[in-house]
Amino acid sequence: MAKELWKGNEAIAEAAVRAGCKCFFGYPITPQNEIPEYMSMRLPQVGGVFVQSESELAAINMVYGASASGVRAMTSSSSPGVSLKQEGISALSSGELPAVVVNVMRGGPGLGTIQPSQCDYFQATRGGGNGDYRTIVLAPCNIQEAVDMTQEAFDLADIYRMPVMILADGMIGQMMEPIEWHPIPKREVPPKDWAASGRRGRAHSNFITSLRIDAPDCERFNRALEQKYKTIAEKETRWEEKDAEGCEILITAYGTPSRIALSAVEELEAKGVKAGLFRPQTVWPFPSARLAELAAQPSVMAVLVVEMSLGQMLEDVQLAVQGVKPVRFHGRVGGMVPSVEDIAEQAGMILREVR
Amino acid sequence: MTTVYRKSAGLQDRELHYCPGCSHGIIHKLVAECMEELGVIDTAILVCPVGCSVFAGNYFACDTIEAIHGRAPAVATAIKRTHQDQLVVTYQGDGDLASIGAAEIVHAAMRGEKFTTVFINNAIYGMTGGQMAPTTLLGQHATTAPQGRQKELHGSPIRMAEMLSTLDGLAYAERVCVADIPHLNKAKKAIKKAFELQLSGVGFTFVEVLSACPTNWGMTPLEANKWLLENMAAYYPLGVIKEVQGT
Amino acid sequence: MKKQITISGFGGQGVMSIGKSLVEAAVAEGLHATWVPSYGPEMRGGTANCEVVLSEEPVGSPVFTYPTELIAMNLPSLHKFEPNVTPGGIIFVNSSIISEKVKRTDVKAVYVPCDTIADELGNKKVANMVMLGAYIAATGALKQETIRQMLIHMFTGPKAKLVDLNMQALERGAACLEG
Repeated sequence: MAKELWKGNEAIAEAAVRAGCKCFFGYPITPQNEIPEYMSMRLPQVGGVFVQSESELAAINMVYGASASGVRAMTSSSSPGVSLKQEGISALSSGELPAVVVNVMRGGPGLGTIQPSQCDYFQATRGGGNGDYRTIVLAPCNIQEAVDMTQEAFDLADIYRMPVMILADGMIGQMMEPIEWHPIPKREVPPKDWAASGRRGRAHSNFITSLRIDAPDCERFNRALEQKYKTIAEKETRWEEKDAEGCEILITAYGTPSRIALSAVEELEAKGVKAGLFRPQTVWPFPSARLAELAAQPSVMAVLVVEMSLGQMLEDVQLAVQGVKPVRFHGRVGGMVPSVEDIAEQAGMILREVR
Repeated sequence: MTTVYRKSAGLQDRELHYCPGCSHGIIHKLVAECMEELGVIDTAILVCPVGCSVFAGNYFACDTIEAIHGRAPAVATAIKRTHQDQLVVTYQGDGDLASIGAAEIVHAAMRGEKFTTVFINNAIYGMTGGQMAPTTLLGQHATTAPQGRQKELHGSPIRMAEMLSTLDGLAYAERVCVADIPHLNKAKKAIKKAFELQLSGVGFTFVEVLSACPTNWGMTPLEANKWLLENMAAYYPLGVIKEVQGT
Repeated sequence: MKKQITISGFGGQGVMSIGKSLVEAAVAEGLHATWVPSYGPEMRGGTANCEVVLSEEPVGSPVFTYPTELIAMNLPSLHKFEPNVTPGGIIFVNSSIISEKVKRTDVKAVYVPCDTIADELGNKKVANMVMLGAYIAATGALKQETIRQMLIHMFTGPKAKLVDLNMQALERGAACLEG
């Protein structure tokens, strides 16, 4: 299949359309503006709906409306905007409604910077809004993966009836690279017999709500969510490895830093250092079991976590490794991107130190 | 045997949880009857708010969606755009619509979204226990305005029907009340007209219903209706606020 | 073959499109490639740069500290990036508006009067194509024919005459290497 050159944001938008997304609601914020811009052009061509909302709050609640009435819907934003959307993401989780939310992360806190960052990891992987909920969080490291994951996200959202987040960073949104539009394996998606789309002869009315005022009822619902999340952790956890078996230093990174780390691993290997890469593709659920297994290998002397944050995924890595091996951290923040040289140098220093 | 009264098929056979003298029950009935008379119970989608009518989905016979506080117009925007031939209605109180959801209602009206909003204005936060609303009258007591609403501190109450009527996207706005039978009959006509206009696709339609909250007003139901007609209707004039010609 | 190219200049000099053309041509030739723009709040003016990687292998890091080639379309760009170019690399200087010479002696310097040539060709907009022609000729990273096919694809109908103009710009840029 021929490769095509795409900009990350536009590719994500086109992938959503190909996955059957019928509605997009969004509010402008850099560095993700090409997604709503592309959707405003593309969705009308396929009979879909695009609305530029008055705010991020309105956008996510429009997604809630479309989803509650049985229609595939998506929104995208960048960090400060995704904070505003947490109200709706919590409501979608509680209403058990499918939705796809894209966060093209920029540096924070507050208005921060428009340059790339991974500073929303905690927010994305711990629920983000009020209540005991999780979202499936897919973390692409390049545009091909962003395109594949966006398409898969709609099926995952429908299967588990919950919001699925694409956690990208400003680099993935803004860069261009060649991709292939290969077919994505379609999964069996249950019928939306729960949707409030008009009864049309149904014996009972459907009522979508996130309110369960009776405490025992609310606990039962939370327990059901817990069960659902366990199932997802068992079935949907994904990661990728490169030379992680038998390595001495295991570099762990996701998103853009993981491809930079891959270059660092190659550089280290060229110098004779046994370096490996562990790359979570789902950051919730986090691939803890495999990471623990790899870290426990006798060859591994240390784990190095690389992020564009002050150390957020670091905590998941520490939880997985359980102190069995030293876990070190290299992070750049505020829109700065780690370099191949810095990662390689850090890895070298850590190895010298722990030997 | 002659049937003298029958509950609307637009409502489920359930007991309402509302306080004695509360207007919600009557307005539910009017909305349900209008849906029934237009033959749309089977296709209508109702969006209910956060507030006392948060359980409306347990009462109405049509499909219902409970929105987060203030966001019903955003929710309804998406539903109507994806279900263009179906009746879509938001049912919202004054805290929901005029305070936390002010942006959503203004922009839905601005875009001329083709759904209907039934706005329950009882000048108080009911469910949370009588706090001041943006529609609380000057001098009216509330649990967060124990000395009464003061213009210098809180500003004057907001007239949503008039404010929204400045927007081209709004096709029809009328203010009604249900304090007595003649007013109730007018209220039903207004709701039905709004639904009919919606189904003919003219634009955003809005019916503000002045409503009584005897519990939080500290009155008996009869006192509350009297107070409503004497005070609320004086500040919030009843009648058609806007009707686009040709509709 | 792996090229890490920094392209930098004022907004409006076609800096981004030099990068995009390189990546597009590379993809057409079956290479792996990435294009990373600097992005900022300004839509016009200010400085702009992009980082391009062309490689026979899949691209790991799309960003880099040390370019193998620098294309400097204005003086601030030369000052900012000259120290980072890898020894043995090439610095392309838009000599129409940069009067300074490259100070480093461990890199090759190529001077291309982009704007002057574009003026001679009667269209200021092709200054960036002049530079692209010079880059391709100096590095041999891509074929001029690939660019020509891209231009034919891009300029159709009444715009078809722009193919020749752009090809002339490419060739004039390439000719700068002969001097």
